[in-house]
Amino acid sequence: MPPLSQPQQTLEYWQDPKAKPYIVIDNVSKSFGSVQAVKGVSLQIYKGELFSLLGGSGSGKTTLLRMLAGFEAPSAGRIYIDDADVTDWPAYERPVNMMFQSYALFPHMTVSQNIAFGLKQERIAKKIIQDKVKWALDLVQMAGFGDRKPSQLSGGQRQRVALARSLVKEPKLLLLDEPLGALDKRLREQTQFELVNIQERVGITFVMVTHDQEEAMTMSTRLGIMEEGRIRQIGAPHDIYEFPNSRYVAEFIGSMNIFEGIVIEDQDDFVLIDSEEAGCQLYVTDSAAVPVGSHTAVAIRPEKVMISSTPPAGNRNSAKGVVREIAYLGDISIYYVELESGKMVQAARPNLLRFSEREVTWDEEVYLFWRAENGVILTS
Amino acid sequence: MIHQNRPLKRYHSRRRSALRDRQFVTAVPYLWLILFFLIPFLLVFKISLSESVLAVPPYLPIFEWVPEGFLNIHLNIGNYLRLFLDPFYASGLMTSLIIAFVATLVCLVVGYTIAYSITRIPQQWRFIFLLLIILPFWTSFLVRVYAWMGILSKDGLLNQLLLSLGLIQEPKQFLYNNFSVIVGIVYCYLPFMILPIYSVLEKIDEVYLEAAYDLGCSPWGAFWRVTFPLSLPGVLSGVALVFIPALGEFVIPELLGAPDNLMIGRIIWIEFFNNRDWPIAATVAVVMLLMFIVPIMVLQRRQLRKQG
Repeated sequence: MPPLSQPQQTLEYWQDPKAKPYIVIDNVSKSFGSVQAVKGVSLQIYKGELFSLLGGSGSGKTTLLRMLAGFEAPSAGRIYIDDADVTDWPAYERPVNMMFQSYALFPHMTVSQNIAFGLKQERIAKKIIQDKVKWALDLVQMAGFGDRKPSQLSGGQRQRVALARSLVKEPKLLLLDEPLGALDKRLREQTQFELVNIQERVGITFVMVTHDQEEAMTMSTRLGIMEEGRIRQIGAPHDIYEFPNSRYVAEFIGSMNIFEGIVIEDQDDFVLIDSEEAGCQLYVTDSAAVPVGSHTAVAIRPEKVMISSTPPAGNRNSAKGVVREIAYLGDISIYYVELESGKMVQAARPNLLRFSEREVTWDEEVYLFWRAENGVILTS
Repeated sequence: MIHQNRPLKRYHSRRRSALRDRQFVTAVPYLWLILFFLIPFLLVFKISLSESVLAVPPYLPIFEWVPEGFLNIHLNIGNYLRLFLDPFYASGLMTSLIIAFVATLVCLVVGYTIAYSITRIPQQWRFIFLLLIILPFWTSFLVRVYAWMGILSKDGLLNQLLLSLGLIQEPKQFLYNNFSVIVGIVYCYLPFMILPIYSVLEKIDEVYLEAAYDLGCSPWGAFWRVTFPLSLPGVLSGVALVFIPALGEFVIPELLGAPDNLMIGRIIWIEFFNNRDWPIAATVAVVMLLMFIVPIMVLQRRQLRKQG
């Protein structure tokens, strides 16, 4: 791995070879009639992780979550939680709780009754139930709302109650189905960090399903990108962002410039690619092994692309083009530059100067360039 | 100034007429209730306070103008006293209550089971089942009750079946007792229990059940802790729709019931047509309405408000 990927000193759970996975999904498939929603997914999640399943609709992420909860039975494969094979356990016997996308708070019960629901099922003493309900309400900062009905709460308050209800039984695994999906943007950003804080405090393993990549990136220890029932890549947010393993992942997370080309040299510490699309040679310090003469693709993030009106030194990793569009986003601007090959390239630059003072503007001829370590070779 | 005011004025007048329209629309049910409920009730109430005579009509007027310009009012509360002192009426009321209660309970158990089962079958088949439940309504009520006479009588279908199975040696009389009345009421009013319960059950989101399973409830526990409480509005409507008419039911006890164990509906009929004592018949009707039907309606309204 290139040096950029490991800035931290301590090993994370999934990097420690001695660590034992807490949740093991072993080659699990699920078919609904002729439709295969999940295709042979294997996944290992460690204790205390906040793991996100990220994917578009129809990617199978929700089906996978429902199989963990016990609402769907896998067509093939096994699921283990804390060494127990739970594949054939009904939902009500699994040490798993779920926070539903619609929250599913019982409308005929008060907030306290909702939270106590699962505890009452275990026939614990009333006093202990009361204490636990109070603890859960405090945890989500909803003390004083115990006697309200769900219909008397705002969306954000319902979300907290739903979280309290699913946490109060202290499950081995908590599943969250689009936990912030029903909240507006401002509340969502605020709640992201709160959810992470609560997760760290209670130490319960979370598996979350989301289609929002920003949510997945900020909250997760690791995430799995799903597409058409398969997991395309698993990794920490920065690993997936910096080193996507495929074109699909590269384009799914953030935006990406991708240049096609032919490998002309492959060494241990770099690859040289001749790209007609880019109009230059691409020099990439990537250890990927690609045979000379083969077609390959190099990906560069827009924010890694520099833009200048004067030609840079050297002719590798630099392309000439004309600015066609500028998307002004306030904090940054995205320049859409058309290369001589007709390829459109995005370059994102922070707006350090005022709009009227910027050095590059529409229809101007510019040079784009980037550092060798910022290119990524996409093998699939 | 004038120009600025004009659209505002027009806005106000339009608003006022919209308000009038709305009031008119809400007035329709009230008009209906006044015309077809309150006025008839007041007429019956008036008759209950008058004296029975052998004449046409068979009661004395309450209000009478006497020559010197006086209005004479004769209020006879003797009918009400008689109602409470004569055990004939109290026992009739008790019989009605017990039969209506048992019939409603049976309807509830059977009706809930059927309604619940229908919500468990695939959507495209539900329509057919609902149709089958409503289908008997296309034949006359009387024919349906007569059909039960054919089933329950001494040489009826039930006796033939039991005889051929060897379960009984000689035919039994299933007709003309409280059992046959309850069977008749349950059969005729079952759809009124099934439909409101079904309409509520059908709307309960599946996710609540999943949440209950997720929190450790077995399917049976989830039913009692989630599904049943959420279906209570339907249960209450069903109970009211069956209990109220069953209480005053006349045709079913007349055809299937015992000749000596009278229900309140038959008492009113006998007083009205056989004894031509309109005031006492009216008194029974008024008391029944005030004692049972009004409290049930109030309870139901309160429940509805609580749900809303």
